[in-house]
Amino acid sequence: MKAFSLLTLSFWLLAVLLGHAIGLNPNQIDLNAILQWPSLQHWLGTDDLGRDILARVIRGVEVSFLVTVVVTAVTMTVGLSIGLVAGYKGGRMDAVLMQLTNIFLAFPGMLLAIAFAAVLGAGINNLILALCLTGWVTYARLSRGQSLALRQRLHVLAAESLGASSLRVMSLHIFPLLISILLVEAAYSMASVMIAEASLSFLGLGIQAPNASWGAMLRDAVRFMLVAPHYVLTVGVCMMSLILAINLGGDVLRDKLDVRSEG
Amino acid sequence: MIKRFATLLPVVFGVLCLTFALLHLVPGDPVDVMLGESASAADRTALKAQLGLDQPVLVQFGQYVMHLLQGDFGTSIHTQTPISQLLWQAYPATLLLAVVALAIGLSIGIPLGIWSALKAGHWQDVMITMLSIRLAAMPAFWLGPVLMLVFAVWLGWLPVSGMANAASIVLPAMTLGLGLSAILTRMTRTSLLEVLNEDYIRTARAKGLSERQVLLKHALRAALLPLVTIVGLQMGSLLAGAVITETIFSWNGIGRLLVDSIEKRDYPVTQACVLVVAFSYVLINQVTDVVYRWLDPRTRGAA
Repeated sequence: MKAFSLLTLSFWLLAVLLGHAIGLNPNQIDLNAILQWPSLQHWLGTDDLGRDILARVIRGVEVSFLVTVVVTAVTMTVGLSIGLVAGYKGGRMDAVLMQLTNIFLAFPGMLLAIAFAAVLGAGINNLILALCLTGWVTYARLSRGQSLALRQRLHVLAAESLGASSLRVMSLHIFPLLISILLVEAAYSMASVMIAEASLSFLGLGIQAPNASWGAMLRDAVRFMLVAPHYVLTVGVCMMSLILAINLGGDVLRDKLDVRSEG
Repeated sequence: MIKRFATLLPVVFGVLCLTFALLHLVPGDPVDVMLGESASAADRTALKAQLGLDQPVLVQFGQYVMHLLQGDFGTSIHTQTPISQLLWQAYPATLLLAVVALAIGLSIGIPLGIWSALKAGHWQDVMITMLSIRLAAMPAFWLGPVLMLVFAVWLGWLPVSGMANAASIVLPAMTLGLGLSAILTRMTRTSLLEVLNEDYIRTARAKGLSERQVLLKHALRAALLPLVTIVGLQMGSLLAGAVITETIFSWNGIGRLLVDSIEKRDYPVTQACVLVVAFSYVLINQVTDVVYRWLDPRTRGAA
């Protein structure tokens, strides 16, 4: 499992780097070669505008990774800060925050992200914004719960009685014990951010043509499914391998880091 | 019971605020976005008045809530039909799809989970686990087309899309249900393995009950209880997942209505769809909670 995960992730990383090195052009249109089956020239065939599917898949990985990393970094930082302060300080601020997260959690799955993306308009920036607006909630709840438990720990009480400021206690005494759990959560949620990005692009709300993205490619691929079934199959298999690898990577990370989960 | 629902009020109010705010998040003037550049000044003023955008924000919100309380979701800008009428047509289709998908998920997930737990460590267990991990990694917008390709295009067993006859529901429901079954398989397996380690299972075996009786009378009852909560939570993802699945299979439910309204920039319809799905989810979670408390002897009566 571990080997598969590492192998797949490094395979895609290498593909992206190689793609740039040899100047792969995912937007090169060739109307004489549309919807071709895999061949020596085009390893995964061509799409409806004669563009090389492999090149577009590789660019899609890059875009997908970029969105996922940005969204995960932003939501984790924001969620962590909010949750940490709420859990440590408690009181009215905590109550308000919990009510706010409850409201966000009332929208199932990607519904709110879809709604935000719909009103903000398409494009990669708005896509990232929509995913960030909805993604911080889980991190906030997780770090709030953890810091609620951790603030009763002896070392925290000791630091407090020595006169350490709240900021110091939070950043030096609670945060280090939180971070591993949050990282595991982040590893898993990267897969769902990736799916969310592709879903929004699939619905036409994310990355816009002619830029390559898995969601948009699948959307095209479904339209041409009857004449070019390899298109939908290859894009899907590539995407699944990456999501699976990230999930399994999350498992590995959890086993490695989750020593203190009873905290 | 009434008290339980009273605690929901802040959430309901918050959901209302958030959906109301959606229209105001549109960059620039929502009227421009909806009508396009070429619209006449009279049309703009008319739409502004129809949406109440010429009023102060607080008045707008008050009217929004008042209208909703009377079951008035406003009017579609695109077709000028009352949105409540559109919702009445679309909602039952989505509900039907979700229920069938749930039935598929349960009828595949639970037996596989039980089998997997009973054979824990054997090759059957490994196979089932591998399969469910892969299924769970398959997003609906890929699983759907693949099912369509295999069963409708290549084999020709089922209709490709639309909702012309009863068989049309099979593929969209499978798309949603298979993903769910993967989750349920893993949950059932974990839960049953936990229960099988309990003392009372050893007691039941020690007093000479057959494995079958131990499993059916003692283990499963306790093991399937946590699944009630999971199913409740998953019902929400089914409603949301229906957005993609309905789009793929041209299933005229809430999800398709939502996507359609987004494409046509018919924002009042978008708002209404989001609101209805969110409220359904809140309601389902409450009902799940009540059912769980009622089913679990430890919390029965405490509700």
